[in-house]
Amino acid sequence: MNETINFLLAGVGGQGTILASDVLVNVGLAAGYQAKQAEVHGMSQRGGRVTSHVRWGKVVYSPIAGVGEIDVLLSFEKAEALRNLHMLRPDGLAVVNMEAIEPVTVTSGGQTYPTDDHLLAAFAKATSHVVYVHGAEIATKLGNARVANVVLLGALAAQVDKLGMAGMRLSFDIWVDVIGGRVPQKYIELNKKAFMAGWEIVKK
Amino acid sequence: MIQLLSGDEAVARGAWEAGVTVASAYPGTPSTEILETLARFPNVYAEWATNEKVAVDVAIGAAYAGKRSLAAMKHVGLNVAADSLMYAAMTGIEAGLVIVSADDPAMHSSQNEQDNRTLARFARIPCLEPTDSQEAKDLTIAAFGLSERFDTPVMLRLTTRICHSTSAVELGDRIEHSLPPAARQFPRNPAKYVMVPGNAVKRHPIIEQRIIDIAKFAETFPYNRIENGDKSLGIITGGVAYQYAREVFPKASFLHLGMTWPLPQELIQRFAASVDRVIVIEELDPFIEEAVRLMGISADGKNIFPLIGELDPGVVRDCAIKAGLLPEDSRPQRVQVETGALPSRPPVLCPGCPHRSTFYVLNKLKVPVNGDIGCYTLGLVPPLSAIHTCGCMGASIGVAHGAMKAGSSERHVAVIGDSTFFHTGIPALINVVYNQSPVVTVIMDNRITGMTGHQENPATGRTLQGKETTEVEFEPLVRAIGIKHVKTVEAFRVEEVEKTLKEFLQLDEPSVLITREPCALLPEGRKRWVPLEVINEKCNGCSLCFRIGCPAILKSDELDERYQRPKALIDSGLCTGCEICAQICPRDAITFRNQ
Ligand SMILES: Cc1ncc(C[n+]2csc(CCOP(=O)(O)OP(=O)(O)O)c2C)c(N)n1
Ligand code: SF4
Ligand code: SF4
Repeated sequence: MNETINFLLAGVGGQGTILASDVLVNVGLAAGYQAKQAEVHGMSQRGGRVTSHVRWGKVVYSPIAGVGEIDVLLSFEKAEALRNLHMLRPDGLAVVNMEAIEPVTVTSGGQTYPTDDHLLAAFAKATSHVVYVHGAEIATKLGNARVANVVLLGALAAQVDKLGMAGMRLSFDIWVDVIGGRVPQKYIELNKKAFMAGWEIVKK
Repeated sequence: MIQLLSGDEAVARGAWEAGVTVASAYPGTPSTEILETLARFPNVYAEWATNEKVAVDVAIGAAYAGKRSLAAMKHVGLNVAADSLMYAAMTGIEAGLVIVSADDPAMHSSQNEQDNRTLARFARIPCLEPTDSQEAKDLTIAAFGLSERFDTPVMLRLTTRICHSTSAVELGDRIEHSLPPAARQFPRNPAKYVMVPGNAVKRHPIIEQRIIDIAKFAETFPYNRIENGDKSLGIITGGVAYQYAREVFPKASFLHLGMTWPLPQELIQRFAASVDRVIVIEELDPFIEEAVRLMGISADGKNIFPLIGELDPGVVRDCAIKAGLLPEDSRPQRVQVETGALPSRPPVLCPGCPHRSTFYVLNKLKVPVNGDIGCYTLGLVPPLSAIHTCGCMGASIGVAHGAMKAGSSERHVAVIGDSTFFHTGIPALINVVYNQSPVVTVIMDNRITGMTGHQENPATGRTLQGKETTEVEFEPLVRAIGIKHVKTVEAFRVEEVEKTLKEFLQLDEPSVLITREPCALLPEGRKRWVPLEVINEKCNGCSLCFRIGCPAILKSDELDERYQRPKALIDSGLCTGCEICAQICPRDAITFRNQ
């Protein structure tokens, strides 16, 4: 494999970014890598920007990667996807949740929210490996909008697997076990289904 | 056993393994999780103190009493506790005392990015700095030993990237720490523990000698180590900057410093002599760099790497390329990005936040508002735009009083949260009473310490462990210090907040309004979540409800026929049903909870 594989997760406070990155770093460890994770959430409890870096490798020094060093970008929100696109390496992987959370600068401040056309064009220019997921819709169909983050993880896992990224073939079970260990007993089934649903979007 | 731990969790684990008995802290990002973690371990007494100075005094008391103790805080907390730090440095201790300072380069959630290594040097105490979670644990344990060996408090300096990064840690067992039986009585040793001038004069030379002794010890301290590589470049570094440097310069020689004060002069000189060129890579101040230069060693540092903000591997690499330390082609390729102008996403008050109504009213009344630190600082963000000053915790009331005494023609308002009021607000309010100014103080009592992630405080009636305790009530307290005009209002009642504020702004005496309502994210707050709706036919797109800055109120795609303005739309996934918008809508176009 490459020396390291670097993930960047980006979202808005309240979307479950932190749980997803916690899963990701633990999957790395379970798969036998050195794994590090670093998160930043600013001043607000909800509604602010949240980013989290996860790195796996034989040896990982820094917990964060720099501009152009992100192999996989997982964005939970459309504007945040665009805001963090510059971090991706050319032709890196991206999973984008097609959800818009309009900041107050749009509703009351006269700024404009990017259009979908704009989003698609910008990503198309940066990489040919992007998957768009309607996480909230899928999660709601499964019975709980809050598992959208796990749907996204499923898509991300399948992307990594499909491209055989960095020579990596992580078994499906590693992911499911790690997720199972992080959610309350009664939600394990739901989370498994959510993961599967995300996985299948890519595998189909 | 190996476990992934954040730096904060690793410090807690290290303290526990080292046999810590008493830990006290005031919450503050990025240090908060240290005490939250310690509180879950057995055989440790852990508490939220009312402020950092109290926390450090508590830890000092325990260390005098012969028990290993720890106080934790964010960097600016150490300013509040500086007086205590300075006397503890003079007296020394009976059992290990570790003071954790969590600095915040890049100011992810702080008002400045002061580098607290300077405070360690200032106080003549050692400063240890981990480079990852494993070292965070190991150095915490080492800090207790160092503290006892040299009879000194020890600073453990962390940064946000260490506190909030997760990496693997090998767990160990707790080793109970106990003093010999003779030392178990509380010391009766005034020459050492009573810092009147006559005693302090004799202690000063002792602590100056102590730091010289520790510097000698630093020469062989195992966390100060040379990692030999290519001799053309030697890098002196510590903290998380070490990780970035290793990443960017895989071949160079390294001097890894686990103790960044005092510095091991001989080790540094030996290292410098073994390489062709020395550079220092550290975040914020040129702290190591200046000391290295004073040793007569020529070294580069802040002439290459930034003084301001956080480093990361990208920044270190870019600077190194610019300085010719790395070839141009070592820069990673970048994607072409055409994102255009993106809407900014400033931090905001949550949907349903009980602070929102007060700021809506204050904005309307156009009065000068002196803010303080907490979620309610976000009353600053447009469209609420209702805070005009905010410096540090507890400043609001004193600043408002000073502005009034300077002859300000307007009535000044001070807004302060419940936790902040206990932290440093009370002395300032007593000053307002004592020296009489008509400042209107609003205690924004959301029943929790919100911004740092919901910690208990004296007003919640619960301890760090969630156990019931005496609840300190604001009204009796405020009346007891002599404020005559006091009123508690439910924060969601917009009209009543407005009426009371208007009334208090007419007075010539100090007054206190307590706006009370649990934070929307607390279980009590969540219980009442019911999303409201906009009655489409009634809304004419007047946009008044947009002006309260609630993230749950969106612009609908549908335009009002007559005015061609977007109607309001409420996101049912975000709305909590606080009814603030419903109360201010002039056309009754937003449903109330019972509708
Ligand atoms: C000296 C100092 N200590 C700690 C902090 C961290 N801090 C920022 S806001 C805050 C909590 C404020 O709580 P409260 O006053 O109850 O207001 P809320 O956030 O609940 O609205 C704390 C502890 C700080 N900024 N400065
Ligand atoms: S966490 Fe609570 S107090 Fe803080 S902004 Fe959100 S609702 Fe308001
Ligand atoms: S009731 Fe109105 S102000 Fe309150 S959360 Fe819902 S939309 Fe926001």
